[in-house]
Amino acid sequence: MKKILLCIVFLTLIGACSSDNEGVEPEPSAGLKATFERSTMLTNWADNIIIPSYDAFSLELDALNTSFDTFKTDASTTNLIAFRASWLSAYKMWQRVSMFEIGPAETLGFRLNMNIYPTDSEKITGYIVSGTYDLSLSSNRDAKGFPALDYFINGIGADDEAIVAKYNDTDKDATFTYVEVVLTEMTTLTNNVITEWKTSYRDVFVANDGASATASVDRLANDYIFYYEKFLRAGKMGIPLGVFSGTTLPQNVEAYYQQGTSNELFLEGLSAVQDFFNGKHFGSSTTGESLASYLDALNTVKNGEDLNNIINTQFNTAREMVAGLASFRSEIENSSLPTEMLLAYDEVQKAVVLLKVDMVSAMSISIDYVDADGD
Amino acid sequence: MKKFLKEYINAPVEAAPLAVFRILFGVMMLGSMIRFWSYGWIDKLYVQPTYFFSYYGFEWIKPLGEFTYLIFFICAVSAIFVAIGYRYTIAIIVFFLSFTYIELMDKTTYLNHYYFISVLSFVMIFLPASTYFSVDATRNPKKANQYVPAWTINCIKLLLGVVYFYAGLAKLNSDWLIKAMPLKIWLPSKFDIPLLGDLVSQEWVQYAFSWSGAMYDLAIPFLLLYRKTRPFAFVLVVVFHVLTRVLFPIGMFPYIMIISTLIFFDAALHHKIANGISKLFRITKTRFDNQRQFSFGHGLLPKFKYTLVSLFFILQLVLPFRYLLYPGELFWTEEGYRFSWRVMLMEKSGYAQFKVVNGETGRWFYVDNSDFLTPIQEKQMAFQSDFILEYAHFLKEHFEEDGHKQIQVYVDCQVSLNGRLSTTFIDPKVDLVQEKESFEPKHWITPFKDEIKGI
Repeated sequence: MKKILLCIVFLTLIGACSSDNEGVEPEPSAGLKATFERSTMLTNWADNIIIPSYDAFSLELDALNTSFDTFKTDASTTNLIAFRASWLSAYKMWQRVSMFEIGPAETLGFRLNMNIYPTDSEKITGYIVSGTYDLSLSSNRDAKGFPALDYFINGIGADDEAIVAKYNDTDKDATFTYVEVVLTEMTTLTNNVITEWKTSYRDVFVANDGASATASVDRLANDYIFYYEKFLRAGKMGIPLGVFSGTTLPQNVEAYYQQGTSNELFLEGLSAVQDFFNGKHFGSSTTGESLASYLDALNTVKNGEDLNNIINTQFNTAREMVAGLASFRSEIENSSLPTEMLLAYDEVQKAVVLLKVDMVSAMSISIDYVDADGD
Repeated sequence: MKKFLKEYINAPVEAAPLAVFRILFGVMMLGSMIRFWSYGWIDKLYVQPTYFFSYYGFEWIKPLGEFTYLIFFICAVSAIFVAIGYRYTIAIIVFFLSFTYIELMDKTTYLNHYYFISVLSFVMIFLPASTYFSVDATRNPKKANQYVPAWTINCIKLLLGVVYFYAGLAKLNSDWLIKAMPLKIWLPSKFDIPLLGDLVSQEWVQYAFSWSGAMYDLAIPFLLLYRKTRPFAFVLVVVFHVLTRVLFPIGMFPYIMIISTLIFFDAALHHKIANGISKLFRITKTRFDNQRQFSFGHGLLPKFKYTLVSLFFILQLVLPFRYLLYPGELFWTEEGYRFSWRVMLMEKSGYAQFKVVNGETGRWFYVDNSDFLTPIQEKQMAFQSDFILEYAHFLKEHFEEDGHKQIQVYVDCQVSLNGRLSTTFIDPKVDLVQEKESFEPKHWITPFKDEIKGI
C-alpha cells in the first residue's frame, strides 16, 4: 500500500513539475490561451459566410435570368452585352460558393452540375439540332452550367454581331430553349441547396462540432483544401498549363470563350478562399472565428512567425503573381513555354503545402477514419 | 546462473495462466477480425486500392482481390481454434501466417500493435498453450498437463516488458519531454470528450500526459513483475489504456494490452477465470488438474526450438537499436523507425508532388497522386522515404508503359514534424529512378534542419 501511495505521489509530482515548464516555453501567451470553440467557428461559417454567399449567388442568378428574358424578347447587341455582364457577375459570385461542397451541395453534386469545363460545344450543337437531350444525366455535365453559357454568350459566333445573328436565325427557338433549360436547372439546383441549408442542414452542420473525420470542421476543412488543390490550383491553372499532362491545354481554361475572364474568376476564387480562411463575413470587412483564428488559438508559431500570417502572405504572393499575368489563354497559347504563368502557379502551389501539411497537422484534422498509432 | 535457470526457465509452474492467455488472445483476435471486416476496411484498404506499398523483400505479398476476404476468414477461424485449443499448433501457425500475410500486404497500414500480434503469435507457436484447459487436452488426455516450464509463461511477460520499456525509452527525447510534442497538437483536438474535454487544451495537462506516459511505459513492466505493486500496476494499465482508447483512434490495442497483462498475475486468478469459463460452457475443469508436468522432451527438435526462441528474443532486443547505424535524425529519416515500439511519437505529415520527365524529349508533367493512391496511402507516402522511392519506381514503370521514354522522376516533398514548419524532405534534384531500395542510408533525404535530443 505504501508503494502505491509513493507512486501516486511520484506521478503527481511529475504533473506538478511539468506544469512549471510553461515558463520555459517561448510563446508569450502560453497558459493564458482560452479554449477555442469549434461551434462558434461553425456558426460563423454558416451564418456569416456560407448562407449569405448562397443568398447573394441566388440573387445573381435571378438577375441573370432577367437579362436572359430581356435578351430573348429582343436579341439585340445591347441586350447581349447586358446578358453577358450578368453572366460574368454571377460566375464571379459562383467562385464564392463553389468551395462549400458539403451537405446539400455535396448530395446534389452542385459543383459538378454548375461548372464542368471545358464545355462540349459539339455536343451542345448536336442537342440543339436534334432537340432531344436530358441535361440531368451525368454524361451531360459538360453541356450545361456556366461553361455552356460561356459558349452561348461568347463562343457561338466570332463577334457580337455574329452571336446576335445566331439568336435571330431560323434555329433561334431551339437555341433559346436550350439556354433556358440550362438556366432553369442552375436556378433549381441553387434553390434546393439554399432551402436545405436554411431549413435543416444549417443546424446539423453547426451541431456536429466534434473532432473526427465526420465532424463538420474536419469535413469542411478537407473540402476546402480539396477545392483549393483540385479546382482552384489544378482546374483553373494547372490543367490548362499542362503540368499534369506534359502538353498545354488552352481549351481547358475556365470561361474559354472570353479572353481574360479566366484570370478574373481565378482571382475571385482565390480571394474567396482567403476570406474564408480569415472568417470574413460575406460582403463586409468584419471577421469572425475562422481557420486563421483557430491557428492563433492553437498558438502555431513556426520559425518565430505565426502560421496564420505565413498562409496569408502566401495567398497574397500568389495573388500578385497571377494578377501580373496576361489572360491565361494567351499566356498558354502564345508561348511555347508559359514561364510566367508556371512561376505564378508555383506560388499558388506553395499554399497547398501550408494548408494541407502545416495547417491540417496543427489542427489535427483527420482525413479518414482508420486505426492509427501515430505513424 | 543455475538458480536463474531453475527458477525462471525450467521450474514447473501452473499452466493455467498460459491457457487463459491462449483463450483470451484467440477471442480478442477473432473480435479484431470481425471488427475490421464489419467496418468495411478489407474492401477499403485491400480490395479497392489499385496500388499497394510493399515491405522491402516482401514485394511478392499482395492482396488477392476478392480472395483477400478468404485470408481474413482463415485468420478468424484459426483464432477460434487457438481460443478453444483445438489442433493448437497448426491453428497458431496458420494464424501467424495469415495475420502476418495481411500485415505485409500494404505497409500503409503498418501499426506497431499489428506487429506485436505477429511477434506474439510467432512465439506462441513454440509454447504448449493447449496442454491445459483445451480441446486438445480433452481429446488426448496423454498430452494433458497441469504444469509447464516457467519460461513458457515468462517469455510472454518478457515480450510485454520489451514492448512497454522500449516504448518508454523512445519517449525520452526533447520533443516529447521538453516540448510536450506531439501531445500538444493531439490533445487540444479532443476537446469534445467527456470530463477531460476542458483539460486537454491546457498546457500543464499536455506536459503531465507526456511525462506520466513516459514514466508509465518505463515503469510498468517492473511494477507488474513485483507482487506487491501488481494490483496497483494493473489499475494503472487499465486507466492508461482506457485513456488512450478514449483519446486516440488506436482500435483494439488497448484492450489487447489490458488482457495480456493478466499473465503477470498468479495462477490463482487464472484458475478463477477458467472456473468461470467452465461454468459457462459446462466443462469439467478438474480433469485438467492432473498434476502432470509438460516436457519438451530431449533430442534435436527441442534444442532447435530453444535456440530459435532465444535468437528471436535477442533479435527483439537488438532490432529497435538498429537506427544507431543510420546518420541523421531518426524521426525525420525514419530509417530504422518501424518494428521498434515507437508508438504515438510523431505528428508528421507531408506533401509530395512528383515530376515525371521524359528524358528523350525533355517534356515533363506532375503526377496527380489521387490517380493511383487512396487518401490514406497518399498521406502515408508523403512523409516516408521508402514509400516515396517505391512509388517513384512505380510511376516510372507506369508511364513507360504509356510510351514515355528514359523516364526520370523527381519529387518536391515538404514535411512537417511535430509542429515545425514544413521543409524540404527529399532532394528535389535527385532522379529517384536511379536510386534503389536497400538497407543503406538514403543520401537523398535532405538533412533535418532542427535537432531532437535524446534516445
